[in-house]
Amino acid sequence: MFNYLFSFDTGIIGYLVFLITSVALYGLFSLGLNLQWGYTGLINFGHVAFMTVGAYSTTLLSLAGVPLLVAVPIGAMLAALLGLLMGFSTLRLREDYLAIVTIGVSELVRLIALNEGWLTKGAFGVQSFPLPLENFRPTVATRIGMVAVITAIFGLALWKLGRRFFHQIRGAKNWQKRIVAIGSGLLVLLGVRLWLVSAIALYNFRSSPAANGLLFVSLITVAIVFWALERLVKSPWGRVLKAIREDEEVAKALGKNVFAYKLQSLMLGGFIAGIAGAFFAWQLSTVYPTNFEPLVTFQAWIIMILGGAGNNAGTLLGAGIYWAYTALTRDLERLPIAADQVGALRIMVIGLILMVLMIWRPQGVLGNKDELTLGK
Amino acid sequence: MTDLSKSPMPVLSATGLMKSFGGVKAVNDASIEVAQGSITGLIGPNGAGKTTLFNLLSNFIEPDQGRVLFDGEPIERLRPYQIAQRGMTRTFQVARVLSRLSVMDNMLLAAQQQTGEKFWSTWFLPGRIAQEERDARDRALEILESVGLAAKANDYAGALSGGQRKLLEISRALMTRPKLILLDEPAAGVNPTLIKQICEYITYWNRQGLTFLVIEHNMDVIMSICDRVWVLAEGKNLAEGTPTEIQTNSQVLEAYLGK
Ligand SMILES: Nc1ncnc2c1ncn2[C@@H]1O[C@H](COP(=O)(O)OP(=O)(O)OP(=O)(O)O)[C@@H](O)[C@H]1O
Ligand SMILES: [Mg+2]
Repeated sequence: MFNYLFSFDTGIIGYLVFLITSVALYGLFSLGLNLQWGYTGLINFGHVAFMTVGAYSTTLLSLAGVPLLVAVPIGAMLAALLGLLMGFSTLRLREDYLAIVTIGVSELVRLIALNEGWLTKGAFGVQSFPLPLENFRPTVATRIGMVAVITAIFGLALWKLGRRFFHQIRGAKNWQKRIVAIGSGLLVLLGVRLWLVSAIALYNFRSSPAANGLLFVSLITVAIVFWALERLVKSPWGRVLKAIREDEEVAKALGKNVFAYKLQSLMLGGFIAGIAGAFFAWQLSTVYPTNFEPLVTFQAWIIMILGGAGNNAGTLLGAGIYWAYTALTRDLERLPIAADQVGALRIMVIGLILMVLMIWRPQGVLGNKDELTLGK
Repeated sequence: MTDLSKSPMPVLSATGLMKSFGGVKAVNDASIEVAQGSITGLIGPNGAGKTTLFNLLSNFIEPDQGRVLFDGEPIERLRPYQIAQRGMTRTFQVARVLSRLSVMDNMLLAAQQQTGEKFWSTWFLPGRIAQEERDARDRALEILESVGLAAKANDYAGALSGGQRKLLEISRALMTRPKLILLDEPAAGVNPTLIKQICEYITYWNRQGLTFLVIEHNMDVIMSICDRVWVLAEGKNLAEGTPTEIQTNSQVLEAYLGK
């Protein structure tokens, strides 16, 4: 475990690059869900469907020769289109219908991927599709530029996170202050460590172009999407979404076309998850229908709830916590029990963590405590 | 109050409204008319169908039958949000605030025709949106100040007391710049001093040109602010007239006090 924190061994760096990319990609995926549930109150239990559509569309299109920069937006738009279909059939009905239909659709999409082999290659999987920047051989200057870009991203993220924690510290009780201070201190150190790892990986780009390229592209994408979402949820448009989450009858009474906004939220969330699907496929480098089990949806829910629903920064932090947990429990695989039992154990423990969190800090790590004491 | 300069043309007129829930005929062939510029009262015993009538007028519940004309045009086919956009804003009997939004955000949400509420404008018209937000904020503060909620502007709406929620609900409705406001029991659960204040606000805004349709059980309120009163009982029209006429109507007294 200490290796993760201090070693600069290439193997460790490679694994950490994988972890950072996973955080970015699951963060992206969960940001989509957070828009739908955290901001709009839409119950989407089939988020993985959007990811499936994004992953298959992007990889199949790029195999057919479509450039990645075109294939990804098309994949994301197809995912958004799926959101449109799901929304049109259910959003006028009571809210539980959406929950049921999304579960159904996500399984349906996976079964289509499994059975329509002429299109999706079925259980055989989509293989050896192009990866972003895999043939890119940057010069020293370009590599330094890339390092500068991710330095800016990490710097901004840590600064914002630091400020948030600072706000939380003010007005907290003494022992809470200490916990938050220690926690955020460790988090910042961890952030610096991850930044250092990313910088080294990008500087040694050739050591593993596909993985390092994916790291770079995923960090930039998640940063852009985060920025765009923050801007949206703070705009009057986002205010309508939040109003719908709180009480859609009020939104209607004030002249808002609730149905249209729900549709937009579902589609945009789907669009973002579609992009995440492309990254998911690239990280796996082979896409099988079994990659898109309902479990993936629930990972997004766990991530969002851990960090605090209705909070984009919290969602990203949740992705970080989730993957830190996954990395730390990897050592459990050395225990003398079967692999699937280890898997079950990990899920049990994360369930336990969620339960403790719900008791101690039900609003999530970055959520706002005051909101919980409010009457309806 | 009654003012001869106001035109008698009805801003809202509904006829033959019907709604049953299962076997219960909540609204049974009811009609109502609200004159432009008036404060019209709607009274009746508990369960008379007043709230249901509001729901039918604003199409929150679709009527089984009946016609609703607003500003001379039929609106019974419009969605509730479209009716609100046309200038008829309803409030709820039990105040509904958006808890996890600030009081100010509750108000800002109510502003109509906001450029910033369109997804693409957020990206292409930031200057215009910022300007509209500033204007809306000024207006919202003005209204909040007039009801004594300005100090709470940045608090969560969910942290307001019952009476304050009622005030926010009315203020928010005003923020939509409606032609007609439907108030469902604005004085319920509000202390007597505040009731007087609410009455004053209503007459004040009425003088500014707003038309009101008010459901209320508090007869003092009805008598002091209304130009005309409609009485509903068991889903049917029972009487209609000036407050004094209604006060002395034997049928009305019977409906309220029993035989
Ligand atoms: N959604 C509904 N489903 C079934 N019955 C309903 C529904 N809404 C109202 N009712 C019934 O319709 C009748 C009229 O109710 P309504 O709420 O309109 O009364 P009201 O005049 O507003 O009474 P109050 O003065 O107590 O608010 C009642 O008998 C009520 O039980
Ligand atoms: Mg009522």
